[in-house]
Amino acid sequence: MKLLVCISKSPDTTSKIDFTDNNTKFNESGVQYIVNPYDEWYALVRALELKEQTGGTVTTITVGGAADDPVIRKALAIGADNAVRVDAEAGDAYYTAFQIAEYAKANQFDIIFTGKETINYNGSQVGGMVAELLDQPFVSLATSMEVNNNVAVINKEMVGGVEVIELNTPFVVSAAKGMAEQRIPNMRGIMAARTKPLEVVAPVACDQMVSFETYELPPAKSDCKYVDAENMAELVDLLHNEAKVI
Amino acid sequence: MSVLVYIDTLNGKIAKSAMEAVQYGSKIGTTTVITNGSIGERSLAELGAVGASKVLVNRDLASDDAAQTARLVKAAAESINADTIVFSQDLTGKAVAPRVSAALKAGLASGAIALPDSDGTIKVNVFSGKAFGKVKVNTASRVIALTPNAVGVEAGSGTATVEEFSADLGNSSYTIKEVKKQEGDILLPEAELVVSAGRGLKGPENWGIVEDLAKSLGAATACSRPVADIGWRPHHEHVGQTGVAIRPNLYIAAGISGAIQHLAGVNGSKVIVVINTDPEAPFFKAADYGIVGDAFEVLPKLAAEIQKLKAQN
Ligand SMILES: Cc1cc2nc3c(=O)[nH]c(=O)nc-3n(C[C@H](O)[C@H](O)[C@H](O)COP(=O)(O)OP(=O)(O)OC[C@H]3O[C@@H](n4cnc5c(N)ncnc54)[C@H](O)[C@@H]3O)c2cc1C
Repeated sequence: MKLLVCISKSPDTTSKIDFTDNNTKFNESGVQYIVNPYDEWYALVRALELKEQTGGTVTTITVGGAADDPVIRKALAIGADNAVRVDAEAGDAYYTAFQIAEYAKANQFDIIFTGKETINYNGSQVGGMVAELLDQPFVSLATSMEVNNNVAVINKEMVGGVEVIELNTPFVVSAAKGMAEQRIPNMRGIMAARTKPLEVVAPVACDQMVSFETYELPPAKSDCKYVDAENMAELVDLLHNEAKVI
Repeated sequence: MSVLVYIDTLNGKIAKSAMEAVQYGSKIGTTTVITNGSIGERSLAELGAVGASKVLVNRDLASDDAAQTARLVKAAAESINADTIVFSQDLTGKAVAPRVSAALKAGLASGAIALPDSDGTIKVNVFSGKAFGKVKVNTASRVIALTPNAVGVEAGSGTATVEEFSADLGNSSYTIKEVKKQEGDILLPEAELVVSAGRGLKGPENWGIVEDLAKSLGAATACSRPVADIGWRPHHEHVGQTGVAIRPNLYIAAGISGAIQHLAGVNGSKVIVVINTDPEAPFFKAADYGIVGDAFEVLPKLAAEIQKLKAQN
């Protein structure tokens, strides 16, 4: 099977979030980038497990500049066979999806994986857009997946429960918690990653559909009001009469 | 403005998040609703009370197949010349809105938490709730996916006209083998009240006190990530940066330290109550009300007081 995994970088989850240039840019100073957790823990690892079961290749694709290479090497260290980087800043989800779809059209994959969302933009957009651009099925928020020959059985989240579905490859799937367990790359993986192929391709012209104009931080929380552990009547009174939430 | 709002009524009910999306749309322009499933005409007409002028219903599509749902929404959008298409950013919205956006070349603002500003920009959640961004859509029409619980709903009066709507849905992209409904009827992503607990509860056998408090309030239950990872609680209860992001009116956290990744998914909550034995727990910095105490003693007492309040009203 030929598997393609979309990899995005995202700021480490402990990063301090603030903005520069009149709140128009994310302040990257001191920020450590990681592989977006959903892409790494669930999408990439499940793709690697399928390859181990049935053979084939796992390719990763990233839309981004050379600064993304360390994150791509991390994905290779975890076990991907080769990587592709479309050499352009990922302007918006549509631009990103368009680049991935163009690459996929030329290279024909059985399954394209994305993570549920990135932890910086939280859009959940790229997977569905890639599927639409390729006219393929999109399975959103898969929590487990088995593949036999070209038939996949997938558990996916739905409003109010879980649905078990069956479909044929090719398709696009977004991976949520449950799909796989995080893998820590070992020394051999890290060494091997240095020499695995990382192909840089030029982007295809495409207009961005949306742009982020400005950012802001939530207002600071006012001080915490402490209530004695013996006095839950007071807490209930505060929630009912002061906060008016119950 | 001509607005189309997609709502999911497959389980025969109109969810609160669906009403939020309809009312949100009606504040932008004349609102037509498109839905699928088997829900009765009378219930659909009641969407007039939250601002819908017309409801289009398609009875052929009985699943949440993203490709078919996207075709249905696209056909409805074209039939009414919609320039704004609204989804709730729920599990169906996440699957369908990007397809519709790409198919119609209409820019997608996902995770919206407010109406578009006078300059057309839309405020959305970014960095897992640690910040907000203003999104500008550069295309002629746009798609907005609205975060559940971000805007309120107030029902007025009025009824909508209901029409059957047929469209070429194409083939379904998958076969549904089984549907497993989640237990409990309050869905976490749209719950107004949430009781959550962490590793401080020490084991799954102790969750009775969490559930009792939730029951007394009519709240949904949630948990921290390690609790879901070790299997004490189901994954769909895991909130935070790598779990569900929620913004209830009230979030009660017991035995949760308040790590930055946990806070990311819950700090949109209007009121946060923290119960922790450790007065230095970082969660107190994000709390509105704090109780330094043992969850095993505090939760049952709190539940008893809530019941007293309910008995009075
Ligand atoms: C990349 C990444 C992503 C992550 N994503 C998430 C996420 O989405 N959601 C999430 O929750 N975490 C996430 N985490 C984990 C996070 O960093 C914390 O480890 C986790 O939230 C801690 O869970 P906890 O508060 O339940 O447990 P602990 O940190 O062990 O805290 C337990 C708390 O209970 C208190 N306690 C103990 N006994 C009692 C008692 N009897 N009564 C009252 N209080 C008591 C203790 O004082 C302590 O504060 C992520 C971590 C990483 C690295």
